[in-house]
Amino acid sequence: MPTPIENIRNFSIVAHIDHGKSTLADRLIQLTGAMDAREMAGKEQVLDNMDIERERGITIKAQTVRLNYKAKNGQNYVLNLIDTPGHVDFAYEVNRSLAACEGSLLVVDASQGVEAQTLANVYQAIDNNHEIVPVLNKIDLPAAEPEKVKAQIEEVIGIDASGAIGISAKTGEGVPDVLEAIVEKLPAPKGDRNAPLKALLVDSWYDAYLGVVVLVRIIDGTMRKNQRIRMMGAHAAYDLDRVGVINPKKTEVDELGPGEIGFFTASIKEVADTRVGDTITDDRKPVDTPLAGFRPAQPVVFCGLFPVDAADFEALRAAMSKLRLNDASFSFEMETSAALGFGFRCGFLGLLHLEIIQERLSREFDLELIATAPSVIYEIRQTDGTVMELHNPVDMPDVVKIAEIYEPWIRATILTPDEYLGSVIKLCQDRRGNQKNLSYVGARAMVEYELPLNEVVFDFYDRLKSISKGYASFDYKMDDRRPGDLVRLSILVNNEPVDALAMLVHRTRAESRGRAMCEKLKELIPPHMFQVPIQAAIGGKVIARETVRALRKDVTAKCYGGDATRKRKLLEKQKEGKKKMRQYGKVDIPQEAFIAALKVDG
Amino acid sequence: MADAFGVYVHWPFCLAKCPYCDFNSHVRHEKPDEARYARAIASELAYLKPRTDAREVTSIFFGGGTPSLMQASTVQSVLDEIAKRWTISSSAEITLEANPTSVEAERFRGYRAAGVNRVSLGVQALDDVSLKNLGRMHSAQEALAAVEVARENFPRISFDLIYARPDQSPQAWREELTKALAFAPEHLSLYQLTIEPGTTFEMLHRAGKLKTPDADTSRALWDVTQELCEARGMPAYEISNHAKAGAESRHNLVYWRYQEYVGVGPGAHGRIGADGARIATSTEKNPERWLSRAETSGHGLIEEEKLSKLEQADEMLVMGLRLAEGIDVARFERLTGVSLNPERVSFLESEGLVERSNDARLRVTASGFPLLDAIVADLAA
Repeated sequence: MPTPIENIRNFSIVAHIDHGKSTLADRLIQLTGAMDAREMAGKEQVLDNMDIERERGITIKAQTVRLNYKAKNGQNYVLNLIDTPGHVDFAYEVNRSLAACEGSLLVVDASQGVEAQTLANVYQAIDNNHEIVPVLNKIDLPAAEPEKVKAQIEEVIGIDASGAIGISAKTGEGVPDVLEAIVEKLPAPKGDRNAPLKALLVDSWYDAYLGVVVLVRIIDGTMRKNQRIRMMGAHAAYDLDRVGVINPKKTEVDELGPGEIGFFTASIKEVADTRVGDTITDDRKPVDTPLAGFRPAQPVVFCGLFPVDAADFEALRAAMSKLRLNDASFSFEMETSAALGFGFRCGFLGLLHLEIIQERLSREFDLELIATAPSVIYEIRQTDGTVMELHNPVDMPDVVKIAEIYEPWIRATILTPDEYLGSVIKLCQDRRGNQKNLSYVGARAMVEYELPLNEVVFDFYDRLKSISKGYASFDYKMDDRRPGDLVRLSILVNNEPVDALAMLVHRTRAESRGRAMCEKLKELIPPHMFQVPIQAAIGGKVIARETVRALRKDVTAKCYGGDATRKRKLLEKQKEGKKKMRQYGKVDIPQEAFIAALKVDG
Repeated sequence: MADAFGVYVHWPFCLAKCPYCDFNSHVRHEKPDEARYARAIASELAYLKPRTDAREVTSIFFGGGTPSLMQASTVQSVLDEIAKRWTISSSAEITLEANPTSVEAERFRGYRAAGVNRVSLGVQALDDVSLKNLGRMHSAQEALAAVEVARENFPRISFDLIYARPDQSPQAWREELTKALAFAPEHLSLYQLTIEPGTTFEMLHRAGKLKTPDADTSRALWDVTQELCEARGMPAYEISNHAKAGAESRHNLVYWRYQEYVGVGPGAHGRIGADGARIATSTEKNPERWLSRAETSGHGLIEEEKLSKLEQADEMLVMGLRLAEGIDVARFERLTGVSLNPERVSFLESEGLVERSNDARLRVTASGFPLLDAIVADLAA
């Protein structure tokens, strides 16, 4: 029996990292009996599936669960929880997940208060016309200040917090009230059962048994097994193999009706064939206009990934193909580097996405990798009138052929305690930012900046965190492309340019960046038998220079018959160590030099 | 040259442990039963004999520990045991390491009578403060007197000095080495002080109580050493060993030329078997445990490992490039089955760190020697 639409509630949880989103989700699952304590025991948090998600306390893939709840009014309800990714890199995915719901629980740690990331997501929820139910978590902590936090929610976010529910997700206190509030305060979805099928593609993933599984929210009409559906953005049609709900096991149902959230499978080969935000309709009786807001995933940050051990190249290719099965937003193509050998040029949604992919490659596939400097997409207008997109500084054409270079800009929102505002502004100014707005939300400053993305991909988060002692938070959206006076900064080690260290920088920033990189490399390149000059150059012009002094003395004083074994073993170790360096020309460059040089602040 | 074959005898006992020393040395309150040790050494020799390739012993070396604590009769009986199993060449070099104290100098005549024809004296420094800091039990004067006694008794002598000591300036070392050279030795071992793991010096060093010279000073001290010795006609024939032509230690050359040698006694190492099929041996380090092993199973060996070609090649590089004469490239290639990487060789050549001679040898140049370990690592990589 399909659930009557008025007894459905679709909601997501908006919260800052560590404010207890996943713990609350677990409680809701437990209370509604979707999983018992025994089933849950083996898992730390039910909805965060990946190790990295659990460790970092972030959600990368949207997760969903359908809960059956008998409310105090005696009626049975279906509550669909969509757990959304909580990071700017995945802002689009968050937006689409929110679009599948009518309301949100705003979870705020009663001992910490509102954080900037909470703001970004709650504004998105408000933009999606969500009804917001404030929930104050961790009220059992001695440091909890529920009244103060309520006031803050009202002041900063501008919503009524008088009815905020105090809970402890950890002990379960207050959680039943949350279930009641979902039923009472959130609106039921609306939709026309008799209209042609119109559904939102919320997410998709690869399942080893089922193939590609697609998560959908039905807006109008119904979806059933064997129906032929059409993905309007992808221009593809499929016959549905299975239609079901996730509770949290995948359970097949006869049909999904308006307002429902569920999944389907069809003969879809890879996740890349599905696009988050796409509109799904009936192939024989399609709707005329797709849902608004669809945007294909576009990588905005690129970097080269190379195996430390050249023999791992094929293993890296296989691992990347496997990851891409489940993550269509990640792209890669083969690249060769004089310094690093064979590897891949990879595209990501943002820096966190880049880090996650790198981490998954090393953890799940046991691959040791070297990553080159992150780069954005530059648009190069050439003197002959042609336009090229540049993903890799190595491919930059000769300067005489370049008329203009356009670079992507972002619109950034930074929330910071007032005491760090000066440093934050300085950082943004140093990174070529234009201040657009400055206001206060409570005791905190909210500053908006236009920033070139290439300044942000270069160690901006880490700097922001360190200058604000971790208190500032940051959110951004892509803006437009603007012309910039950009030059290619080359790094020469022992007079040879190291391709993996080349980058495009703004002319005004080139010298300090070049100097900082040379200094860092000087620290990290061990002394050789000869002196090693390190230079930063623009074209043929050297703008910074350092020298690694030659080894002065490196010789064992005593070595007799009894020392042969020990010395041989030492030599074997040295050889192993050398394998971990990149021999570049005559110079051994340690891997950490490639990584650290890209983190210098210049 | 290829027939050189050495026998090394380790005598592990010392009256006191020097704070810089990481050799296999042990201090015992009671004097060891020398006859028992000599019998155990004899059985170890008997065990190793059929495993060696060579027939004629060209050198014997009593090292330690402090072999000059041995009675001359013990030395005599060990030499007799060696002679029972191999021919000892009439020109064999028989060296014994000695502490330069007056007590030990009294035994020199006996050692000579037993057949020892070379002593190597652990003088270590020529000023009393340094000697005390190095934990030595002799004064500079006593040491030099012992050198004199040694010269009267033995056809060939050598002594050791340790330099690059804490706070030692190149100028102070220049004076000290000049004084040492005035004693007209034909062989000198000059070691830069190295902080070895597990020693008292290492503890002090880690605690910041012992400062060794920085790389620049250490290099300057090295340069002084080469300069003075060369001026006296005693260039380094090995990193830390200087000799007049013909006065080189033949026994130590066996190691550096990667020839065959057996090692007997507690903690002794050997490389036995023909070129290309070399076996690494080592014995139990603890004297009492070694003794009981040797008495029950006929030998105290705890390791007899056939070395791979690559391991032999590595050892040949590590040892051979320490010599001014360098390595025989053809022999190296025979051992390993691969050639030295020509790119690395020509790079090192272009940097003036190694040179190839027309007699097909590869050697490290004077400017390469201070960087030897880096050069070896580069060639072996």
